[in-house]
Amino acid sequence: MTSIDKSSYISPEQQRYATWLSWGARSGLVILVVTFLAYVFDWIPARIPLDQMPNVWSLSAHAYIEQTGAPTGWQWLSLISQGDFAGLIGIAWLSGCSILCLAAVMPIYVRDRDWIFVVICVIAMSVQLLAASGMLTVGH
Amino acid sequence: MSNRLVSAMGNIGGMLKANALLLLLSLSLFTAGAYAAESMPAASTMPWWGWALALFVTCFFLGIVAVPSGVGGGVLFVPIVGGFFPFHLDFVRGAGLLVALASALAAGPSLLRGGLANLRLALPLAVLASASAIAGAMIGLAIPANIVQIALGGTILGIVVLMALAKKSEFPEVKASDKLASVLAMNGIYHDAARNQRIDWKVHRTPLGLSLFVGIGFLAGLFGMGAGWANVPVLNLLMGAPLKVSAGTSSFILTLVDSSAAWIYLNKGAVLAIIAVPSVIGMMLGAMIGARLLHVLKASVVRKMVITLLLFAGIRALLKGLGIWI
Repeated sequence: MTSIDKSSYISPEQQRYATWLSWGARSGLVILVVTFLAYVFDWIPARIPLDQMPNVWSLSAHAYIEQTGAPTGWQWLSLISQGDFAGLIGIAWLSGCSILCLAAVMPIYVRDRDWIFVVICVIAMSVQLLAASGMLTVGH
Repeated sequence: MSNRLVSAMGNIGGMLKANALLLLLSLSLFTAGAYAAESMPAASTMPWWGWALALFVTCFFLGIVAVPSGVGGGVLFVPIVGGFFPFHLDFVRGAGLLVALASALAAGPSLLRGGLANLRLALPLAVLASASAIAGAMIGLAIPANIVQIALGGTILGIVVLMALAKKSEFPEVKASDKLASVLAMNGIYHDAARNQRIDWKVHRTPLGLSLFVGIGFLAGLFGMGAGWANVPVLNLLMGAPLKVSAGTSSFILTLVDSSAAWIYLNKGAVLAIIAVPSVIGMMLGAMIGARLLHVLKASVVRKMVITLLLFAGIRALLKGLGIWI
């Protein structure tokens, strides 16, 4: 019986996407766990002490921000020296790693002159970047 | 004869172990839920780490049952944690998206390499679903929580009906691709290990599939749930992708849809690390155990248990939203 080479079924862009996604997901999960341990074991002091969290986590996101003065948009990035915001680095990385994967496969579509998928990748990246930008505001 | 007897005894032993494990899982989940519900008014008397630990344990069990039942962790997480833990629904939905996202990201690379997720099928659908997920997330954060709870309860009960009644087709018959699917080259080949066979597939009814994904993405963003429960039937029954390709591509689509909605929750301050991280870690560890137990547990029994669990959580969400069972 001849062995079946599964890789021959998989397009180069799909292989590349998988490689980038694998690194993105793994590194994101490591960052998530490490920063969370630093947060809960108080290696990095938190802005809102952990024992105060039960008093505020039942508030809506809007009321929570009003009461605690927690930042919105990308302002949290300036507070990553504090445990509760350091924990958001891994979350942002996991949410954003797909943008890098899309950017990584675009050159293959361009090389193959697959213009439809070049456009789809550009739109997909634009949607992700728009969501990440913090420009879209909502109010209660 | 004696070999058959030993084999039969082994099977009975395995079944008993599996059923005992299922019973234990059911009791753990219902007890955790009931205990959390009873404790809610006095939430401040329980230390933060007690809630974090309860969340981790609950998600661990949810992760175990999520894999054999064929539903994503997010769809179990939001109604159960939203119904029985003291966290505001905004934070639960933010964490729910991250639970679904982390699980999808972890599975994505191997699904793509194995051909069970297909980039050409997924990207056009994911673009539309991502855009509508942003709209869903924005609307979900703008409207009162009780309205979201009522809508969530109604949707969960709808999912229960869908899970109980929906049929699946391992290899749907697609005579010819539609024009759009041909232009986008939405087709592929994968190797089915169970059959040791090369499977060629293509899809049809692409315009209708694309429009349904707009609605699916909206619901994912609105409720903070992964939307595998809706993705798979649309890909499999409507568009005609083989069941394994539908499940794999659905999981991959979630990596894009849930990340776009997660950004909205993150930017709005609706993601708390103390809720999101124990949930993600618990669910992923549970899913690893669930994947290993896949051959021991009887999938149909787990599925019935999950449907019962969702029915309970859906009624709870509905009654909580209506102010009947706070």
